[in-house]
Amino acid sequence: MQPASYTSGGYLALAWCLVVPTRCALNVTPTLPPAHADAVCRIVADLKGRPGPLLEVLHGIQAALGYVPEGAVVLVAQGLNMSRAEVHGVVTFYHYFRRTPPGKHVVSLCRAESCQAVGAQELAEHAKRRLGVDFHETTDDGEFSLEPIYCLGNCACSPAAMVDGRLYGRLTPERFDAMLVQEQGRDK
Amino acid sequence: MTVTVYVPCDASALSLGADDVADAIAKEASGRGISLHLVRNGSRGAFALEPLVEVVTPRGRIAYGPVKVADVPGLFAADFLNGGQHSLALGLTDQIPWFASQQRLTFVRVGIVDPASVADYVANGGYQGLRRAVAMTQQEIVQAVLDSGLRGPGGAAFPTGIKWKTVLDQPAACKYVTCNADEGDSGTFSDRMLMEGDPLALIEGMTIAGIAVGATQGYIYLRAEYPHAHRALNTALAAAYQAGYLGSDVMGSGKRFDLEVRLGAGAYICGEETSMLESLEGKRGEIRVRPPLPAIKGLFGQPTIVNNVMTLATVPVILQQGAEFYKNYGMGKSRGTLPLQLAGNIKRGGLVERAFGVTLRELLYDYGGGTASGRPIRAVQVGGPLGAYIPASQFDVAIDYEALAGIGALLGHGGIVVFDDTVDMARMARYALEFCAVESCGKCTPCRIGSTRGVEVIDRILGGVASERNLQQLEELCEVMLQGSLCGLGGMTPFPVTSALKHFREDFRARTRH
Repeated sequence: MQPASYTSGGYLALAWCLVVPTRCALNVTPTLPPAHADAVCRIVADLKGRPGPLLEVLHGIQAALGYVPEGAVVLVAQGLNMSRAEVHGVVTFYHYFRRTPPGKHVVSLCRAESCQAVGAQELAEHAKRRLGVDFHETTDDGEFSLEPIYCLGNCACSPAAMVDGRLYGRLTPERFDAMLVQEQGRDK
Repeated sequence: MTVTVYVPCDASALSLGADDVADAIAKEASGRGISLHLVRNGSRGAFALEPLVEVVTPRGRIAYGPVKVADVPGLFAADFLNGGQHSLALGLTDQIPWFASQQRLTFVRVGIVDPASVADYVANGGYQGLRRAVAMTQQEIVQAVLDSGLRGPGGAAFPTGIKWKTVLDQPAACKYVTCNADEGDSGTFSDRMLMEGDPLALIEGMTIAGIAVGATQGYIYLRAEYPHAHRALNTALAAAYQAGYLGSDVMGSGKRFDLEVRLGAGAYICGEETSMLESLEGKRGEIRVRPPLPAIKGLFGQPTIVNNVMTLATVPVILQQGAEFYKNYGMGKSRGTLPLQLAGNIKRGGLVERAFGVTLRELLYDYGGGTASGRPIRAVQVGGPLGAYIPASQFDVAIDYEALAGIGALLGHGGIVVFDDTVDMARMARYALEFCAVESCGKCTPCRIGSTRGVEVIDRILGGVASERNLQQLEELCEVMLQGSLCGLGGMTPFPVTSALKHFREDFRARTRH
């Protein structure tokens, strides 16, 4: 049973309190640090004359910043004369575009059939345990992001993974651990 | 005297340490004061032998493999630069049975040439097809492709010449040639190997296509998961422009053709041609309802050729050698050759190009050597994640579009993924639906919702909830997806599911899920 005041409008003020801040939050335009904003604007300016430039622009932003921040979406929409919703729709359609900063290294582990035929499932369980994260997550120390990927074209040497664009094959749990050490070693 | 040594730069070879081997060889040679010409070629496709190092000798190219960094000093000690004996020596590369028995037309130069060199490409038969094409009429080029019987290795196996003729017949002033290099099927890597090992073959094929139909702009839509191919293509494109094979005056013909690579962004659906066109336009990769066909209204609304990497890279050899030459390979309505890929749980995985008609059994056992695990093969999936699972009782089927269709399977892109007897086929069926749910573009209901419901139904079956009724429901759901989906993703995801149900029904019994 509803309290009488609900229907008679007594809760109207409370309702406004709940609704208004939410509306304001949605209306806030996310901003970027000036250096990032400059980079995004440069990429848009460079590519906007090309036919169908949006994917190219998003690739440029992710290559420069490591991900596509919400603030960049606004600038891209303005720059390409599109709505923010259109740009958002494209960013979220494609698995490759990240909306959060990646760890220092991105480990993409293949989950497709060929790799499954030689233990990809078990390897994925090992990777999650070893890194202490699930797919789409980043380790607490910010070193590794773990991502699922569906085929790296290394199917004759399954199971496969890619770390920052470098391809690995015939992985075992031991080789996976060695791969992490090797990739971290590149930082030094 | 300078010795020429080949160490592949193919991504798979790199994943097995080819870069380190190349560095070790260069370092050892310089330490010994030997002058070395180190060429980074593509892979010949026998990955059990990679990294495969080849040395040019007066007798021919001699192979050593698989070479590890630790083997390098020993190879020098054994005088491998003069073809010396060593435990890794494999003799003349061309005589290794794996290669000697193949019929390579599309892959004729892959693993042989330096992919970055136009001169090497031309010295090995490259650009002869284009040379002929610029001297022919547009109708003659299209007719040659029609007569060759070339078909696209996509799900539909559509005759390439008919697509080209449709585009040629459109009166539009602006037309496009697009290459679908979104090789997303698990178990396939032929596109990747070709783009890394002989990218100019694809570039030449697209240039011929452009001249044939009157298109001046081409796009290669490459998946983002292939950074090595991306670099190889861009290097080759720059070299082709530099040498006058692309641009405003292709080979002095006065005809223009420009070509560039566009990167996808990790969406399997963009391998579907209309979805790829949307993506090339910078939009969400949602499929378009056909008609109109892309050949009539394609990229930016203009008549557009959409062909696969394998198709376009095969065009040069057809123009060079003639339609009859190509057509004489193959069986029935499947003419020419097909680069097949052996993957998954296989002892000797890799690329085998043979004329249509080779049997699945020959591929699995003669080339592949059975499973890597040493256990019996229980199932193979041919044609990627939308292909049917084939049981051992049907391994004598010929690799041919019609023969595979006859057993309810499809050839697709020629990927063959092998599973041993430990495979859980209910899990594979569940995965097929899960993959469809992840990759669905969302445009049509049977695919978007059906895939998710399918996963739930399989979970109920395996959880012991009204298993019989749910099995029936799964079959009905597959029928709806098959008949009601707008494109091949939803329409073909039922193939792995129903084939698993048909041939491996015992795996669908209720169990305690861990």
